[in-house]
Amino acid sequence: MSHLPYLAAGWIVIVGIYGIVTSRDLIHAVVCLSVTQSGTYVLLLAIGYRDGATAPVFSDRPPHGRPVTDPVVQAMTLTDIVVGATVTALLLALAVQVAKRRGTIDPGELRSLES
Amino acid sequence: MRTRTRTLLFAAGAAGAAALFTAGALDLPRFGGAVHPYGDRAVRQALRESTTNTISSVNFDQRAFDTIGEELILMASAIGAVVLLRVVGKEAEDQGAAHRHGPAEVSDALRIVGYLLLPVTLLIGVYIIAHGAQSPGGGFQGGVVLGTAVHLLYLAGDYPALQRLRPIPVFESTEALAAGVFVAMALAAAGAVPALNGAVGVEVGCALVLLIGKFFEQALLVREPPGGTP
Repeated sequence: MSHLPYLAAGWIVIVGIYGIVTSRDLIHAVVCLSVTQSGTYVLLLAIGYRDGATAPVFSDRPPHGRPVTDPVVQAMTLTDIVVGATVTALLLALAVQVAKRRGTIDPGELRSLES
Repeated sequence: MRTRTRTLLFAAGAAGAAALFTAGALDLPRFGGAVHPYGDRAVRQALRESTTNTISSVNFDQRAFDTIGEELILMASAIGAVVLLRVVGKEAEDQGAAHRHGPAEVSDALRIVGYLLLPVTLLIGVYIIAHGAQSPGGGFQGGVVLGTAVHLLYLAGDYPALQRLRPIPVFESTEALAAGVFVAMALAAAGAVPALNGAVGVEVGCALVLLIGKFFEQALLVREPPGGTP
């Protein structure tokens, strides 16, 4: 089962989307989106892993010692996390506005787009 | 769409997506395998530029253009959230120092710990940014530490002091300035990793302070007028 970590990442994404689809609460939906996105972190880091490797930082050890994990996907994961956090903030701000204007945060009760 | 229909639709889509994803994932290289051509090249390049933290090198040197995009996403969503959370006409805003806000009944232990940790956390944030090119850390991580450190004052129960410590307009202009400096530097001198780290750290810190500040405003300051919502 050497591919189990990749499948785990896919499972996290599907669980997150299931949460969004069945959500009765916008805050819950935003958190589910964060769960979905964390599946991509797992996938990226799993692809970058290397058996017996350590972190790709060379400040306190010689460059040609142990192998290191893939720094490219780790940097992408960092980008992913930053974008995810800011998008979460933006969506939560939208949820605050919806709650103020409509008095509900149940997506099932939001019918039209006009306010 | 009824909930049941929606769930069925999701189940069909999820089953298809799961099958395709599994088929794709089984063809990926083995987990933990030794073949990482891009990683090896990135490490070699980082060591050539003597940036010992390869991830900082990838973010601020080898992929600095991509980081510009990330920066602009960060700034755009911070602006979006600030615009969405502004105090609109029919809402009134409390005077900041008019009364005690937040967890008024803070125990002395929490208060002392908050005040003691504030300078230490700020220092750690600056260290993580400044040393990000050499050791684990960098502008994004350190900026988050800086942005949240300020809010230890809120945990210590001193919301007026927090408001004095972070004048929102100053942070707004600083964020825009840091974003501009980052774009200019990344275009002109990609590879100046410590300087780019600094610019990103300032921008992330300011954006976080702005966002949390706006959410605090919604929770603590904004009052609906007596008429209530329409």
